[in-house]
Amino acid sequence: MADTSQAATQTFEARQGRTLPESVFAWMLIGPAMLFIAVIVAWPLAETVRLSFMEADLGGEQYVGFANYADLMDSRKFHQTIVRTFYWMFLSVGLKLILGLIGATLLNAAVPGRGLFRVLVMPPWVIPIAIGCIGWLWLYNGYFGVLSGTMMQLGITDGPFEFLAHKQSAFYSAVVTDVWVGTPMVTLFFLAAMQGVPRDLYEAAYVDGASRWYRFRRITIPQIMPVIVSMSLLSAIFTFNSFEIIWILTEGGPRSATTTLIVDTYKTAISNFKFGEGSARAVVIVILLGTFSLIYLFFLNKVNKYYGSGKK
Amino acid sequence: MMDRYTKLQMVGIYAAITIFLIFILLPFFEMFMASLRPLEHLFRSPYQFWSDDFSFQAYRDMWVTVPLLGRYILNSIFIASMVTGITMVFVVPAAYAYARLQFPFKNLTLGIFLGVNMFTGAVLLIPLYRVLRTMGLLNTYWAMIVPGVAFLIPTGIWLLRSYLEKIPRELEEAAFVDGASRMYTLRRVVLPLAVPGLIVVGVAVFIGAYAQQFLFAITFNQQRELQPLPAGLFEFIGYQDVTWNQMMAAALVGVLPVMVIFLFLQKYLVAGLTAGAVKE
Repeated sequence: MADTSQAATQTFEARQGRTLPESVFAWMLIGPAMLFIAVIVAWPLAETVRLSFMEADLGGEQYVGFANYADLMDSRKFHQTIVRTFYWMFLSVGLKLILGLIGATLLNAAVPGRGLFRVLVMPPWVIPIAIGCIGWLWLYNGYFGVLSGTMMQLGITDGPFEFLAHKQSAFYSAVVTDVWVGTPMVTLFFLAAMQGVPRDLYEAAYVDGASRWYRFRRITIPQIMPVIVSMSLLSAIFTFNSFEIIWILTEGGPRSATTTLIVDTYKTAISNFKFGEGSARAVVIVILLGTFSLIYLFFLNKVNKYYGSGKK
Repeated sequence: MMDRYTKLQMVGIYAAITIFLIFILLPFFEMFMASLRPLEHLFRSPYQFWSDDFSFQAYRDMWVTVPLLGRYILNSIFIASMVTGITMVFVVPAAYAYARLQFPFKNLTLGIFLGVNMFTGAVLLIPLYRVLRTMGLLNTYWAMIVPGVAFLIPTGIWLLRSYLEKIPRELEEAAFVDGASRMYTLRRVVLPLAVPGLIVVGVAVFIGAYAQQFLFAITFNQQRELQPLPAGLFEFIGYQDVTWNQMMAAALVGVLPVMVIFLFLQKYLVAGLTAGAVKE
């Protein structure tokens, strides 16, 4: 058996010269996608870098060197924005991962009705983000939202409480909405990963008398670790760049309390037509996210190697 | 045996699921309640959870207040479908190449694709606007489709690649031994086997395309009759007063078609992710 398959592989390799060379064929396959990305993403990105060295508005462009970047370096406000963005990202992604793990575990439990529960978890992911935000806008309203209404009925607050009008509450309200939007996808991917864990691992542990918690810690978590790690990065990037949620809820306010880098960039470039300064901010985003991702991918490689070595 | 729970554990699990679902579904419930409230209800104090004059009037009035509402709902679905179709045309060959073939710059180009994930449209909005203007696509459906495709290609490649890697290599080798060309093998051997994966990735891309129409629509399109639902909804805020109840009703009715489609497809989605997302 082994002999024939080895022979087939040899023929396979021997015949590679017969048709298109593998690398040519491969480039034919990825070429169109590459070209598309080049025009729609790479070209605008290069243009963004160019603009970041310009004083540019609706009137025209003028080369100013690193002046835009120098301004950003000197701006205390911009430093605060960077710190706030990372705080926003770590807090929101952390909550998404924790909730996603809890949610996936619950939906993976063998209880009646779980098929229905799985469906009910998905709506925030499936509907347009902007529409979900309209719902939250309403929830956070002091006069007609159910949250403020309940707090008044319970006597926690005297009058209407506007969640989006105060610095602290606006920030954490935006985090909650972002977590709401992002959790279903994380849950679903974790659930899918959990279902891929071989059952005999659990059975063997069960026979050996391992508790549920032990099985979760020592089997589930290590087995789905690659998915946890890659979801974390994906989720971190989405969250860092999360724009619509903040824009619809608060437009970055009150008093910049919810202004993350992406909102700051949009405000500068689109709302105030300062294209040059806005582009410099966009470049900073790319540099920060790029650095973060590279560090993370380095870590991802190690984790994959570590957990991969246990198998096969 | 192993999956048996005690009564107490069952109660605990259901209680936890209930809390989780309340968090997930609360905004929808609130939107539904809001759609039933007459407008003059909004600033009534003290706050009332329930009152007798709830009605479905908003569901009738919304079509009059925003006459293009039906069009917006269809536009949303149309744009998302086009984005999905075009994205898949680019994604399928590329994902196959990354799953199976060896070629120079493989890792570098894959890294570039994934790097695209790092930019949302918001970062590149100004130059993207100029590119679309140069191509004469502003204020057309294409202005919303083209950027959507570009930002979904990487995700599509990423998802489909891990799925294709699971298909046994032996089948392709057999086809090859029988003298099939590379393209024939891809079309006739690999693709039919990959159908479940294609459905999953297609649905995931559709969801992405459907969820993220707002920004491109408000930036690249000024033509009202081409707007997708998320942008069109903001017409309820306007002129004299904000017809909140109708806006909520329209939002719920607007997402209904896709929710129904999704209900039918969700089984494949979960099953497909199970097969594809887990790295061997």
